Amino acid sequence: MTGSSPVMTICAVLFLALAPAAHAVSNPSELMADPKQEARAEAIGHQLRCLVCQNESVEESEADLARDLRKIIRSRVLTGDSNEEIIAWMTARYGDFVRLRPPFNTLTAALWGAPVIALLVGGGAVVLARRRRNPAPTPLSDEERRRLADLLKS
Amino acid sequence: MIPELGHFALALAVALATAQAVIPIWGAQGRDPRLMGAAPALALGQLIALAASYGALVWSAVTDDFTVLNIVENSNTLKPLIYKITGTWGNHEGSILLWCLILALCGGAVATFGRNLPSALRARVIGVLGFVSAGFLMYALTESNPFLRVWPPPLDGQDMNPLLQDPGLAIHPPVLYAGYVGFAIPFAFAIAALLEGRVDAAWGRWVRPWTLASWCMLTGGIALGSWWAYYELGWGGYWFWDPVENASLLPWLTGTALLHSAIVVEKREALKTWTILLAIGTFSLSLSGTFLVRSGILNSVHSFANDPARGVFILGLLALVIGGSLLLFAFRAPVLSPSGLFAPISREGALVLNNIFLCSIAAVVLTGTTYPLFADLLFGVKISVGPPYFQSTVLPLAAPVFLAMTVAPLLPWKRARLGPALVRLWWAALAALVVGVIAALGLRRGLPALAFAASAWLIVGAFAELVERTRLFRVSLRTSLSRLAGQPLSVWGSSIAHAGMGVTIAGIAGMSLAVSTIVAVKPGTTVKLAGYDFTLESLHNETGPNYNSRVADIAVSRDGKVLLTMHPSRRAFTTQTTTVTDAAIHTNGLADIYTVLGEERDGEAVLRLHYNPLAPWIWLGALVMAVGGSLSLADRRLRVGAPAKRSLAVPA
Amino acid sequence: MIDRTIKRRLVLLSPLAIAAAGGVGFWAMLGRMRDGTFDPRGVPSMLIGKKLPEFSLPGQPPGAGFSSADVLAAGRPVLINFFASWCVPCVIEAPLLMRLHAANTPIWGIAYKDKPDATAAFLKRTGDPYARIARDEPGRVAIDFGVYGVPESYLVDRTGIVRWRWAGPLSEDVVAQQLDPLLRKFA
Repeated sequence: MTGSSPVMTICAVLFLALAPAAHAVSNPSELMADPKQEARAEAIGHQLRCLVCQNESVEESEADLARDLRKIIRSRVLTGDSNEEIIAWMTARYGDFVRLRPPFNTLTAALWGAPVIALLVGGGAVVLARRRRNPAPTPLSDEERRRLADLLKS
Repeated sequence: MIPELGHFALALAVALATAQAVIPIWGAQGRDPRLMGAAPALALGQLIALAASYGALVWSAVTDDFTVLNIVENSNTLKPLIYKITGTWGNHEGSILLWCLILALCGGAVATFGRNLPSALRARVIGVLGFVSAGFLMYALTESNPFLRVWPPPLDGQDMNPLLQDPGLAIHPPVLYAGYVGFAIPFAFAIAALLEGRVDAAWGRWVRPWTLASWCMLTGGIALGSWWAYYELGWGGYWFWDPVENASLLPWLTGTALLHSAIVVEKREALKTWTILLAIGTFSLSLSGTFLVRSGILNSVHSFANDPARGVFILGLLALVIGGSLLLFAFRAPVLSPSGLFAPISREGALVLNNIFLCSIAAVVLTGTTYPLFADLLFGVKISVGPPYFQSTVLPLAAPVFLAMTVAPLLPWKRARLGPALVRLWWAALAALVVGVIAALGLRRGLPALAFAASAWLIVGAFAELVERTRLFRVSLRTSLSRLAGQPLSVWGSSIAHAGMGVTIAGIAGMSLAVSTIVAVKPGTTVKLAGYDFTLESLHNETGPNYNSRVADIAVSRDGKVLLTMHPSRRAFTTQTTTVTDAAIHTNGLADIYTVLGEERDGEAVLRLHYNPLAPWIWLGALVMAVGGSLSLADRRLRVGAPAKRSLAVPA
Repeated sequence: MIDRTIKRRLVLLSPLAIAAAGGVGFWAMLGRMRDGTFDPRGVPSMLIGKKLPEFSLPGQPPGAGFSSADVLAAGRPVLINFFASWCVPCVIEAPLLMRLHAANTPIWGIAYKDKPDATAAFLKRTGDPYARIARDEPGRVAIDFGVYGVPESYLVDRTGIVRWRWAGPLSEDVVAQQLDPLLRKFA
């Protein structure tokens, strides 16, 4: 996960927690011995786009290239590379396009900020509409205030 | 001969649609009752012509008429009859013709069932539908003609993609298109209202049944597509946030907002501008989705044959329809009479919040889907936006909606206090708490537990309104029951629909707990998963009409007792030479057992076994939502909410 | 008062403005798709402007393979072409490669995920435009290059920097408009 902020980590956790486990019909000999490592490898695989069947992740695709990339991921998990390092290795060869989770940088700021921006625009529109409908009354002038005081006294 | 007739009927439909676009609106602008009265006849005429045209295409497919290019490219003598018929909409040209047919059906429906509408409104609505029809029919006739001939005819066709030869194909496109295209009617109502310069309670009441019907179909269509992907594609997933999937979700989100907004227009004559904009926006999103999928711009496994030339025509059509309607909106919206007032905390206020959140989710999905395209176009940078993005951004926005869904129906109109409404939901909160705690302790995973809690909150809380209206436990049980019987269908409808959402959430949460295993085994071996024993008994070959398959027989047993045998297979199609895995799924309503046969090597077969808890609930929930919507639709009040017959004589 | 109406107008026009911006964008995309300058499915190469990855590959019998050092030692720009006998577009590309070979362009081929017999048969059938051939049966070197399909061609200049990459079969237009100028530039 791009370890920039806690928000990103939460988002990553959100994804992993609710993602259904989907796999290509791969060879069981591909699986790692340690289930925890296998789970980590699968999680990484789910974050990478298969470049051949571009609508599946590396984990789900049956393409040869996806199989090769899955092998590479597992061998690197075995040698102890961190998630960031493995994804960086992939990105060095295939670019940001291979990441299903776009990085957070100046280009994608508007992308990741979209929820907040949308809410602000929506909320702003509502506030503007209400203000237009219920304009604040113009404050009273001194003359009017004296008249009001007189009326109230009597 | 028949294809020529079909072709001619198509051209006739173009002419009728053009007439349908021009004459009634001219009549309405000039208040000419005869021109306005021509609207229903023109709409029905177009429908008949187009039905004949589509019938000709189906006939060509069924009779294996290989002089028709479309049939050559997509059909085959060996293809089963059902797929010959339903395959007519499994390709680009046929699906456009289906699109137009459904649009014509919409026009016909307004002509037939809209007799209680004021004639000017009905004329304008049919006119706008005719305008959109004319555009798409013109496209079908010129750029995307299914009746192109080929001579000499080949001996056999090229067959359809085997993945599409499936019962799911029979239903998913028509239902989905009915949803997509159905929103043309609220769109037409919105344009008619802008032309007339009036949006009132009556308009809100008239627009609602059409919006409901389209929404039900779209819900069903999306659910069918997701279910089809689940059982057909063989990897056990059901939603990939694929651009084409997103393209169907967008109108659903704004359509849901529209549905609720229209209620406010009807009940309180408020939120007029927003409702009109939503009606325009929903159909615009439908249209844009159609464009993006067929133009080749969207990188998707669903995309039809990509052809940028096709894209230009549709883009022009979109510019006309969407640009024109938004321009009309900008200039005519101020003419609409000012809306009713309401306090921020009130049912209207809650529905405004609902609008904001649903539209924000739609904005996020739209941004995510189109961002890579614009980043590439403007900056030459290639990025990818996949499920991780959507799940991180949509879930936090959806959570407040789920929370508020049960509270809002309990708030009175105009001005309310949150306290009493929340108090009435105490038992829903309790249910949520209990479910959440049990789930958290049992599963040891936070997010699924939260999802289950939200699901309980929704399902139990959805019936709060009914409980309130029948004064359950506050008066005698008999009185409550008699009150229950007297409740209008729309109250039942909304409660059931909201509960359906809860069911779907439970399904999604359950699927996230799915377990699976991949093994390579010889016949006779047993594998254990989720408390079941899977024994590969044998492997054998089978032949189908246009394929050969290798089938595995897997006995599923528990505690030594065999429960059932499952037969996943791999099919090799003879014409298109592709291999398709056919997963075997068994459900008991609460969980799915999902088995897939992989490749065989050295006498061992690769098997993938899944246990998916609550998976059926994902689509069951969608069905419940659609049922709820249909119940609301059946409410007599919606259909009888028109002025008395005698005032129809006066042009509106 | 006028100010208010104008503000309201602007707000009401904003959906149209957004839709129009989107529309113009899509129109530009369609146009560029026809030119070939916009490809939603294409994956850009990360190697452009960078040194080529280090590798050493066995050869296609009876020849010896080559390594990245050999490419550098060539002293002139080299076109590295990933191909395979099972790849249909490679057959389409073959005549063009033969022509380039005849025009003295050094083309070094890497057989991707191919058996030696199959490669030999392929070369016999379509001709052998390659000055040197190596074999990447596991496909790992290809991954280091960022290859995601065959054929793919990489132009490496004399200092070992990758200057250009083309994914898919080469065509006359691509060679004339893109490859030839670069060959001349880095000669």
